[in-house]
Amino acid sequence: MAGESVTMTKLIATRDVYGETLARLGESSQEIVVLDADLSGSTKTNIFAKKFPERFFNMGVSEADMMGTAAGLAAVGKIPFASTFAIFASGRAWEQVRQSIAYPKLNVKIVASHGGITVGEDGASHQAIEDIAIMRAIPNMTVIVPCDGVETRSVIQEIVKYNGPVYVRVARGKFPVVLPEDYKFTMGKGMVVRDGKDATIIAMGLMVSHALEAAAMLEKEGLQIQVINMSTIKPIDRELIVKAAKETGAIVTCEEHSIIGGLGEAVASVVAEECPVPMKRVGIQDKFGQSGLAEELLVHYGLMPKDIEKAVKNVIEKSQSIRVKTLLL
Amino acid sequence: MRFFASLRMTSEGFRVTLRVRFLASLGMTFSCNCFSKIGVINHKKGVGILAKSDVELKPSNTSIDNLKKWAKQLRLDVLMMLNKAKSGHTGGSLSAADIVTALYFYKMRHNPKDPKWADRDRFVLSKGHAAPIQYAALARCGYFSPKELFTLRKLGSILQGHPDMKCTPGIEVCTGSLGQGLSMANGMALALRLDKRPSRVYALLGDGEVEEGQVWEAAMSAAHYKLDNLCAFVDFNGFQIDGAVTDVMNIEPLSEKWKAFGWHVIMIDGHNMGQIIRALDDAETIKSQPTMIIARTVKGKGVSIFEGKYQYHGVPPSDEELKKSFDELGVSADGWPEKVLQ
Ligand SMILES: Cc1ncc(C[n+]2csc(CCOP(=O)(O)OP(=O)(O)O)c2C)c(N)n1
Ligand SMILES: [Mg+2]
Repeated sequence: MAGESVTMTKLIATRDVYGETLARLGESSQEIVVLDADLSGSTKTNIFAKKFPERFFNMGVSEADMMGTAAGLAAVGKIPFASTFAIFASGRAWEQVRQSIAYPKLNVKIVASHGGITVGEDGASHQAIEDIAIMRAIPNMTVIVPCDGVETRSVIQEIVKYNGPVYVRVARGKFPVVLPEDYKFTMGKGMVVRDGKDATIIAMGLMVSHALEAAAMLEKEGLQIQVINMSTIKPIDRELIVKAAKETGAIVTCEEHSIIGGLGEAVASVVAEECPVPMKRVGIQDKFGQSGLAEELLVHYGLMPKDIEKAVKNVIEKSQSIRVKTLLL
Repeated sequence: MRFFASLRMTSEGFRVTLRVRFLASLGMTFSCNCFSKIGVINHKKGVGILAKSDVELKPSNTSIDNLKKWAKQLRLDVLMMLNKAKSGHTGGSLSAADIVTALYFYKMRHNPKDPKWADRDRFVLSKGHAAPIQYAALARCGYFSPKELFTLRKLGSILQGHPDMKCTPGIEVCTGSLGQGLSMANGMALALRLDKRPSRVYALLGDGEVEEGQVWEAAMSAAHYKLDNLCAFVDFNGFQIDGAVTDVMNIEPLSEKWKAFGWHVIMIDGHNMGQIIRALDDAETIKSQPTMIIARTVKGKGVSIFEGKYQYHGVPPSDEELKKSFDELGVSADGWPEKVLQ
């Protein structure tokens, strides 16, 4: 099972994999063009830029202009990849993304690096903790957060085949690889990465590896916890969520994102409508980030395996007390 | 109480500037202290590479020679704090050192003992990644202990990676997302004018930063509202993150752009203290127009290993580079880091 090997696996930055994969895809697809806003060294689009300088456009520090330009390129049939930090890709250019890209359903791939608080020392101004919420809210937009390097490679390959706007969040830091080398991403499908019957943890990004660690810890206490990698936040895999709710009776969501509007609320809306069971959202509790080392911030904001473990115990308790109550009725 | 009066000829006639400075007990304007050797600040309380205790306030010595020494001290502070933080922006902090020195130690009316003094001049570091140079200036003015500089970018620090008005005394707004500072400076200038306050507003932008569309929206409105209590700088160091500004996204002709947007434009050498303070004085005489001082600078200015190298945009000095910097600045490394950090 993927969970056991977490501590032994290698660490890879998803942004590195994005850059390499994009440069490779540029060979086979002449229609791919890449835009960046003066952060190509950080987003790793500089690998593509070196290889295909004529298909790379550095727009300078002007994210809104970059998104509009990407829309224009797509309108003429290109497959533009537009990259910058997640906070600027989603926040600074939100209405350009909505109006110029998503509304006409143009084929623009926004790959945003430095998502979440693991940005670290730069602090709150650079830590995107609302990007999934605001991108999810836009009709026509697909939202993906790969959990590791293996998945990132597959995601980038797959979104080129899809015709429409996509927002992909990658990260600054190096994350553990949790998926097998031959893993293939399917848009809109979650994946069970660990089986269990007592509760389900649904996670995205780095939190998938933390969820697996939490599940391993809980196993020592005799609890069988299912873990789902929900890399497509939108459209979300309703079927898998309902199945998990029915079979395990309790759900914890984990995201390196605000608990408002992100994965947790996406899952909660399905659970509430289809099969209400106790739930808990592990995520950033409606607070801004701050400067600090990534590891310190994960602890500070309650995103560590032990925080997930606590949440799981809490929902299991709730679901048991509900079961007892229904038995008594 | 001290009165400053100046009489100037402008294109529109004579302009009289009357400024009042109050004594310390009444919430006085900041005056910089005296010190002798760079890196070894001699004053009554602390001696060392860094003064350990608050710098004493003494009547200001705004001689160009003294300002240059302050600029050197701030550069030294920037290098030391970035080395300790192990991340942060070296190039853009150093290129702005002389401008920031002139603002805090010469031009601005402000009071470190009363950071919220209503009649203070405001400074907006729109290129927020250069926070270390502003933090050094604030610490040296006495807003907080220079010791705090070594908490830069650490969890719980009052010194966040980018300027944060909620955490740091003396910081006026939150910046770090480029392109937003000038709009906020405009808002302050409008409010201060409405309140009939004598305060002026200063802003510092990067040359890469002016690629942001919002900068030009703000440029338009500052001129439209005739914000003559506003004076902005562009730190024209020629580099942004991905390379030379001319290669990444050309911004020239820059002075013509600002002129066309209705600004009074002054071009200076941003490392010539005399030119900086003259431009600041001149800006105060301009009526019905905001002033833009375009300052030609060198990214990483002050230490040759960083000068003109865009690779040091967001890279802190290593231990070895810091040692070299001490040498080049003519500062003894004795006591670094033990004495400084204790
Ligand atoms: C809106 C926004 N986009 C991107 C960034 C990332 N960024 C930080 S500094 C920088 C380059 C700025 O260049 P310049 O304004 O010339 O600064 P300086 O050379 O003075 O350091 C960029 C793109 C940011 N902070 N804000
Ligand atoms: Mg620059």
